[in-house]
Amino acid sequence: MSRTLYDKLVDAHKVCDLPDGDMLIYVDFHIMNEYTSPQAFSGLDTKGFNVWRPEAHLAVVDHVNATRGSAPHDAASKLLIDNLQANCTKHGIAFYGLGDPRQGIEHVVVPEQGLVAPGMLIACGDSHTTTYGAYGALGFGIGTSEVEHVLATQTLRYKRMQTMRVTIDGDTALGVTAKDIIMKVVQTVGAGGANGFAVEFAGAAIRGLDMAGRMTVCNMAVELGARAALIAADEKTKTALQGHSHSGQFAFNGESWISDQDAIFNQEVSISGADIEPLITWGTSPDQSIPITANVPCAVDYISSEAKAALARSLRYMGLSEGQSARSIQIDTAFIGSCTNSRIEDLREAANILDGRQVAAGVEAIVVPGSAMTRIKAEAEGLRAIFEAAGFEWRPEAGCSMCLAMNDDIAMDGERVASSTNRNFEGRQGRGARTHLMSPAMVAAAAIAGHLADVRDFK
Amino acid sequence: MKDKQMTKTIMGIAAPLPLANVDTDVIMPKRFLITITREGLGDGAFADLRFDNAGQLRPDFILNNAPWTRASILIVGDNFGCGSSREHAVWGMRQLGINACIGTGFAGIFYDNARKNGLALPIVSPATRDFLLQFSSDARGHEISIDLESRMITAGDISASFEMDDATQTGLIRGRDDTLDTLEHAGAIRDYEAGLNKEMRISVLK
Ligand code: SF4
Repeated sequence: MSRTLYDKLVDAHKVCDLPDGDMLIYVDFHIMNEYTSPQAFSGLDTKGFNVWRPEAHLAVVDHVNATRGSAPHDAASKLLIDNLQANCTKHGIAFYGLGDPRQGIEHVVVPEQGLVAPGMLIACGDSHTTTYGAYGALGFGIGTSEVEHVLATQTLRYKRMQTMRVTIDGDTALGVTAKDIIMKVVQTVGAGGANGFAVEFAGAAIRGLDMAGRMTVCNMAVELGARAALIAADEKTKTALQGHSHSGQFAFNGESWISDQDAIFNQEVSISGADIEPLITWGTSPDQSIPITANVPCAVDYISSEAKAALARSLRYMGLSEGQSARSIQIDTAFIGSCTNSRIEDLREAANILDGRQVAAGVEAIVVPGSAMTRIKAEAEGLRAIFEAAGFEWRPEAGCSMCLAMNDDIAMDGERVASSTNRNFEGRQGRGARTHLMSPAMVAAAAIAGHLADVRDFK
Repeated sequence: MKDKQMTKTIMGIAAPLPLANVDTDVIMPKRFLITITREGLGDGAFADLRFDNAGQLRPDFILNNAPWTRASILIVGDNFGCGSSREHAVWGMRQLGINACIGTGFAGIFYDNARKNGLALPIVSPATRDFLLQFSSDARGHEISIDLESRMITAGDISASFEMDDATQTGLIRGRDDTLDTLEHAGAIRDYEAGLNKEMRISVLK
């Protein structure tokens, strides 16, 4: 029987079927952060459970830590960080905390350390765990109760999902990045359009991406509701596995981590690469996006009264008017960072636009490298110098920062941010803050122009 | 550990919350997440919708108005619970007294989190959801009931079926601890591990 990559991954990790229709699946590797794990550890303690296999877990500090310096910015954050460290020490779990040269955003750290390989099953108390699909691994986000479950049993209860293949064929135009590709997919399938599905990305435009680009695509797949995102392993994957501290440690022998040629998916979506332009979001859901050359939608573009009301609500929150051109949207802040776009490749892409140019007067521009290792590499390559010469603030510590604003990097009420992150929800970057999602190169272009701008005008 | 009490029927006043894509940042704003316990999250649930910048109740939010101040069921828009994996969203809703959300579809992680905490998420057709939105908008505050066993919702004279996978249904009715249940399969887990070669057992460097 032909199988999809997803089905091969599930089959390889099935421990047993459960009487109520779920199955138990084995978790090869589990990552924790400081804010979705405390109650899992206290659950273990209350119930008297041990950690099943401590060496299969890694904990990092990334969500609440300050990025201006290594000291936590307040007592509550310090408590979360210290609590995680204490729990890891107690249970013998690896902990990459502040000051550790391996620290950074979990989804940047894991591939950097060679902790992901094709065929693995990876869980983490964070929805963007879909990132690891870029390596042909099954990664998915879990809640805190499930974190406790993984710690205690090394397994999860699981229900096989349906499969969807999104094929992006044909070449993409110059200036179109992996971020634009996934934003186009989110726009096409819709937020929640892939709820209940594992999505495999295929086609020439995906094959052509480097590993960082593939991670950007799989990372944001959760914005369409996909609980898993996958890209078949190939030579690029193999090359990327070499030269890390953990590499070679993990290999499932005898399986090829690709979908069989004639495997059948429950749903097929196809998008032509040529139809993708650099995109920006105008609203408060990641699927509310338009090409940078276009205008914000008008009520007449929609038929149902619910859609008209949703438009009005989004525009009110975002402080925009119907039909306004994307390029007329003035920004206060430019932010480059997050597990979607803070890898060395992303920083290079932005620096390329910034080189020899200046951030517009009045725009506050910040870049937060995704990990300490990324920062060191970027500094060695001269990227820091380019960012700083252009007027960007280069943060010395890595973390999620303004992606979710759980530390002191918070946008003010009404502040408008051009952001390389993944969510433009109401209040995401601060209460009343207005987020426009785009690629790091587009953030750089907006920072220079002072308003949303077409990166293709800056080449 | 003792089994929790069995719940077969959920009854109460429902509040209409028709917005689509209500994400977990809206359900539980991040300032409430800086905590190491599960307690005290009731105030955080829908905080930016419930309260204005000065901390006053916002009259334009449904749960701030009678009879919906007593609502224990929400009728929600598409893709409710999308976004971050934070289980705090579900803890907060439970602490606010919400026992069920009825909608056409939920984000995956939210769905699983809900089940672990006894929050029922019956999935209905768009037509049923629209009817329930209307029914629950009536200020007389008629109760609706959700029968988990027969997978039926009753609102006034109307009954409609809902979808819920077997494992979630069983979990909600029995209210047991999943971790405890799984440890009964420890032998199977050990057998699975025994079949892994050394390369397949990751060991993270400290
Ligand atoms: S960078 Fe943003 S999306 Fe990624 S893990 Fe951190 S908070 Fe979540």
